[in-house]
Amino acid sequence: MSSSNGKLESRIPAGALDEKWAKRKSELKLVAPNNRRKFTIVVVGTGLAGASAAASLGEMGYNVIVVCIQDSARRAHSIAAQGGINAAKNYPNDNDSVFRLFYDTIKGGDFRAREANTYRLAEVSNNIIDQCVAQGVPFAREYGGLLANRTFGGAQVSRTFYARGQTGQQLLLGAYGALMRQVDAGRVKLLPRREMLDLVVVDGVARGVVTRNLITGAYERYAGHAVLLCTGGYGNVFYLSTNAKASNVTAAWRAHKRGAFFANPCYTQIHPTCIPVSGDHQSKLTLMSESLRNDGRVWVPMKAGDKRPPNDIPEEERDYYLERKYPSFGNMVPRDVASRNAKMVCDEGRGVGPSGLAVYLDFRDAIQRDGIETIRSKYGNLFHMYEKITGENPYQVPMRIYPAVHYTMGGLWVNYDLESTVPGLFVLGEANFSDHGANRLGASALMQGLADGYFVLPYTLPGHLAGRKLGDVDTDHEAFKAAEKEARERTNKLLAVKGSRTVDSFHRELGLIMWNHCGMARNRKGLEEALQKIPALREAFWKDVRVLGEGEDLNQELEKAGRVADFMEFAELMVRDALHREESCGGHFREEYQTEEGEAKRDDENFRYVAAWEFQGVGKPAELHKEALEFENVELTQRSYK
Amino acid sequence: MSESTMKLTLKIWRQSSAASAGRLETYELDDVSSDMSFLEMLDILNTQLIEKGEEPVAFDHDCREGICGMCGCMINGKAHGLERGTTLCQLHMRKFNSGDTLVIEPWRAKAFPLVKDLVVDRSAFDRIIEAGGYISVSTGSAPEANGLPIPRDCSELAFDAAACIGCGACVASCKNASAMLFVSAKVSQFALLPQGQPERQRRVLRMVEAMDNEGFGNCTNEFECEAACPKEISVSNIARMNREFLGASIKAT
Repeated sequence: MSSSNGKLESRIPAGALDEKWAKRKSELKLVAPNNRRKFTIVVVGTGLAGASAAASLGEMGYNVIVVCIQDSARRAHSIAAQGGINAAKNYPNDNDSVFRLFYDTIKGGDFRAREANTYRLAEVSNNIIDQCVAQGVPFAREYGGLLANRTFGGAQVSRTFYARGQTGQQLLLGAYGALMRQVDAGRVKLLPRREMLDLVVVDGVARGVVTRNLITGAYERYAGHAVLLCTGGYGNVFYLSTNAKASNVTAAWRAHKRGAFFANPCYTQIHPTCIPVSGDHQSKLTLMSESLRNDGRVWVPMKAGDKRPPNDIPEEERDYYLERKYPSFGNMVPRDVASRNAKMVCDEGRGVGPSGLAVYLDFRDAIQRDGIETIRSKYGNLFHMYEKITGENPYQVPMRIYPAVHYTMGGLWVNYDLESTVPGLFVLGEANFSDHGANRLGASALMQGLADGYFVLPYTLPGHLAGRKLGDVDTDHEAFKAAEKEARERTNKLLAVKGSRTVDSFHRELGLIMWNHCGMARNRKGLEEALQKIPALREAFWKDVRVLGEGEDLNQELEKAGRVADFMEFAELMVRDALHREESCGGHFREEYQTEEGEAKRDDENFRYVAAWEFQGVGKPAELHKEALEFENVELTQRSYK
Repeated sequence: MSESTMKLTLKIWRQSSAASAGRLETYELDDVSSDMSFLEMLDILNTQLIEKGEEPVAFDHDCREGICGMCGCMINGKAHGLERGTTLCQLHMRKFNSGDTLVIEPWRAKAFPLVKDLVVDRSAFDRIIEAGGYISVSTGSAPEANGLPIPRDCSELAFDAAACIGCGACVASCKNASAMLFVSAKVSQFALLPQGQPERQRRVLRMVEAMDNEGFGNCTNEFECEAACPKEISVSNIARMNREFLGASIKAT
């Protein structure tokens, strides 16, 4: 492993924190309205980031081509976000501000994000709420008709805007509506059921993509002057996660192989409140919104192995461990802290339920205090969902919850303008690495996706379009032909294996390696073991995977096989990143590096940097590049939520 | 609730493409856990088919938590199965009994052409939204969010309509294959909100026209759509859309 930092230029503007974005905007070049139609922008993905960016660019007058994997742009996985979206409006008058939102976010990220990016995120947060309300997003309101707020983890103010337990759905439908308006206007060409299989780079600049039409199997080429990757996170490398089944790393990974550096891949978020695994048949995990921790109390029995039904365990024999250990934040500690503590009590043998891998989230006291109707109006849909999945009534018995993979803070490296190390390739939303550091606070993912798409990229993209000489490139260019050929060969290779094992069986096995060795807690021995197991599994996959059918029609096994093949390569990078980072921070918990109380122990002297990895070939260690993180406005402290 | 295992007989619609003939194939499945979701049961079937060298059943799905609207098929003639207010992915096998025979078919509607097995093309819904299922507000031009107080009841009613996930169960369950519940939900959301007023008439006229062009049938007040809707969207939205359409049509003439 060699390292250098020559290739990373973050382009963070000089000057005071609160003037950086204004300064950058004033420097950026513009494209005049009547010239915009001469530029074509290719957008991959229609979640909050992709839909908001594509709609905004269409409104400005660019030609936009959008591809998405689902049958409709409205189904991207942003739709499943439940709890809310943060903004620094300070409507509740509880002394919130842009600075506080910035500070909570950067501290929540365990000081592993860029100050400038995180501040900008907080700065534009208020515009997002304005935009969404104008689109008709039905946020929760008070009787006086004004917007309501609630509290989320890692904050001591109420700054989260929400739409029942369906905030992601309502925000996405707003962005999807804006996108469809541009389709109607002829500015956006929308192509669903396409999977990006390669990025096309011409003269060092991203100029398009190769996709496979999932219905006809046809390979298609789309050329433009810039490519926007808005393809979400890679949590499904664990097989079991709260991500949608089609969520994958393929688009990001193929871009990585074409020169985009991958940053901090080991930063994964394990969400504390998910429904526990019930059996081997399990295909995905379901999140129960963090907002439930506003009223639910987390506990386990005092004694290990206490198998009594929860309601038979008297008050004095319950351990409300978060309230006990973190009196000022209590049940509202950030996600990484809550998850780690759940694991600790289960490791002590105090876990509950048939598997012993669960803790209680109890609404008994909230129901007594506020009445069942109040609780129903706040969380009715979540309680309903819980009952459907588990067959238990959470109004009567406490919910059982356990941490599950939920979000990935790592992603393709981007500079302040959201541009990757491949010029012309911009990366937005969860697919980039930039704003959340080593742990993301609740209600910040929606904020970042929409900030990037509505209010950052539309300003920074013209810097590329007007700032570089972009020659004419069409889809007959050699680079397109070569990329398509490679994509075809890869697909044919998968079909030609004709082995004996299903794609899912390989994916499950990979997921288990990752969960056991690179999950909630990691150590050198386990990570080194994973580095042995992954290449062996990858080899077995290419020798023995069974993909039936042909490549010329809808073939869902073939789609999965391509994605799992990429996860098999990506997993190795993730483990290497976890191994090299010899500290604990946020969601990356290395057992060797913890405080006496079992909290994450950072090493700011040696690891206060972004690890950006450059691809060197499959199975070959990637080259590490370091971007030092400068903190001029916050003091690096041991995070405390006590 | 304790886990049990069950045996099922599945009769599943198999059709390799829109152009080829389809048929119901029978599969026997043992050891289905009562804790599985319906889609996990199909996963098990597909694993067995692949192991036998047979092509797995194609079906649409994504989030598997009842919100993306991608999944859906008919179980014994009911869209998303018998349980009210539930998508296919949230339907669990404990709702069935060992020994049951389940007939599993795709959505059937002229406007939803079949793609393969249980997968249909619902792009007609996107084209209807394209015709006006939004408020025209370009990025950057929004006023301050609290500048416009909206009565809570009005906002909640709009939300009830906005909860639609676009799965198409309403169309599949209707004997006329009408899309009125889907279209009226979007029309209602914006007709109820002050932000939606400037385009109120144009929106309903254009969306209804788009709906008609796609070949959806008319509403004859059977209310099967409401019964099948996984988000329990009320048919009162259809009544509202009819009023909106009538009012807008009169003004337009």
